[in-house]
Amino acid sequence: MLATALLRDADVPATSSRNPAAPAAGLPITIRNLDKSFGPKAVLSGLDLHIPAGQFVAIVGKSGCGKSTLLRLLVGLDRPTAGTVRVGDAEAERPSARLMFQEPRLLPWARVLGNVEVGLDPDMPAQARRERALNALQAVGLADRAGEWPSVLSGGQKQRVALARALVSQPRFLALDEPLGALDALTRIEMQGLIERIWREQRFTAVLVTHDVGEAVALADRILVIDAGRIALDVPVDVPRPRRRGDPRLARLEGRIIEHLFNDQGLDI
Amino acid sequence: MKRVRSLLPANAIGWLLPVALVIVWEAASRLGSIPANVLPPPSGVLAAAAKLARSGELVQNVWVSALRAVSGFVVGGGIGLALGLANGLSSLSEKLTDTTLQMIRNVPHLAMIPLVILWFGIDEEAKLFLVALGVFFPIYINTLHGIRGVDPHLVEMGRVYGMSSFRLFWKVILPGALPSIFVGLRYALGIMWLTLIVAETISASSGIGYMAMQAREFLLVDVVVLSIVIYALLGKLADTIARLLERLSLQWHPAFQAKS
Repeated sequence: MLATALLRDADVPATSSRNPAAPAAGLPITIRNLDKSFGPKAVLSGLDLHIPAGQFVAIVGKSGCGKSTLLRLLVGLDRPTAGTVRVGDAEAERPSARLMFQEPRLLPWARVLGNVEVGLDPDMPAQARRERALNALQAVGLADRAGEWPSVLSGGQKQRVALARALVSQPRFLALDEPLGALDALTRIEMQGLIERIWREQRFTAVLVTHDVGEAVALADRILVIDAGRIALDVPVDVPRPRRRGDPRLARLEGRIIEHLFNDQGLDI
Repeated sequence: MKRVRSLLPANAIGWLLPVALVIVWEAASRLGSIPANVLPPPSGVLAAAAKLARSGELVQNVWVSALRAVSGFVVGGGIGLALGLANGLSSLSEKLTDTTLQMIRNVPHLAMIPLVILWFGIDEEAKLFLVALGVFFPIYINTLHGIRGVDPHLVEMGRVYGMSSFRLFWKVILPGALPSIFVGLRYALGIMWLTLIVAETISASSGIGYMAMQAREFLLVDVVVLSIVIYALLGKLADTIARLLERLSLQWHPAFQAKS
């Protein structure tokens, strides 16, 4: 697919001109003394975290370490057992948060455009909804597929529609729950580029949960390693953007994080 | 095969067999293989239809039967849909009613005929009640099953994206349950005609079943056969309408995209 290449040249001016009022910047996130347990099992315990507005944070960790739980707490899908989660100023309601899932979760009975409109306020006039949805589709390079059913799209295209749906309301906080986990390696690289580009344009706060440490170092400003319900490692990624794939600094960082992930369990590699 | 298909409209192929059967039937009757008092030829049935149409009897009876079928279907189907939706969406409602409904379901609704005659006599209410009872269960069960089968991931997505309960139902749950509801609808249509035929044959003073029973008294085999043919045609018509509705509302479904 050459969509990304095309996008980079053609779409950047279009996206900046389509929001005459510059998109609202990201929301800061503050977590204090957060506990979350399911029954007797504590998943997160005593977690403190501050994410400045507009930062791109990646959370890595092994399966079952509590990273997806943390994300669900951040978008308000779950309530903390104890402690507080603040996104922006509000504690409970966060209409400007959006979540992107591992699966596209598109409505099979709505056309691509209709699926993107799901991300918008239903009270908005139909014409405005349509326009904004089309703009969002254009930003992910799928404007020409607006009238199609989701079932005819490829996996990567479906996930791009899901990205458009997440971004169409210009969220100030975007949570990504392993959104690229089910894609093939090449599509994944393409999607990473797309997410990074849109994030740089819109400057929302982004929290990405991923298994892929390479993906985390390529995209994030800061990486959190979660282990046994706590933040085990918190490292900044100060490699300037645009980052080159295979940059030795990124590779070194990736190595360090992977080492940390396994050393904690007493495994030597 | 492809060439045959391209020569005929897509739906015509299904009519090849019935038409061939009618031709064989007519030929066999003319050659004397089938005595007219056992099975009159198609032309004889047509003549009977023309005669009854001229007297106005045919239209009157078909109209009465169709009205019974539709009203029974609307009442029974409506209640089935409403209860199916309620029990699919609310576990309280389900716990409250499902056991009762499952017990009633296992009674063949035609076994109720003696009771229905005692209750309602042979009036319209009796037929309406039986048809409604017959179509209720396929619609109820398939609606419930459809709602149960809606992808919980999509429901969660709807919640995360701030859909109100009404919007969630309208945009996610109902469309997700629709394919299954249509299965129930088509199944219910079959039961609707079956019930009506039985009810009208046993006790009626108008309608196609009544027409057939009257004709039997006077040994008018052609009218009896005509009644059966009308039932077949009405059944086919109802199914065609249901399929059309299905195709219109399930355009998104890959099974329907392949055909168009």
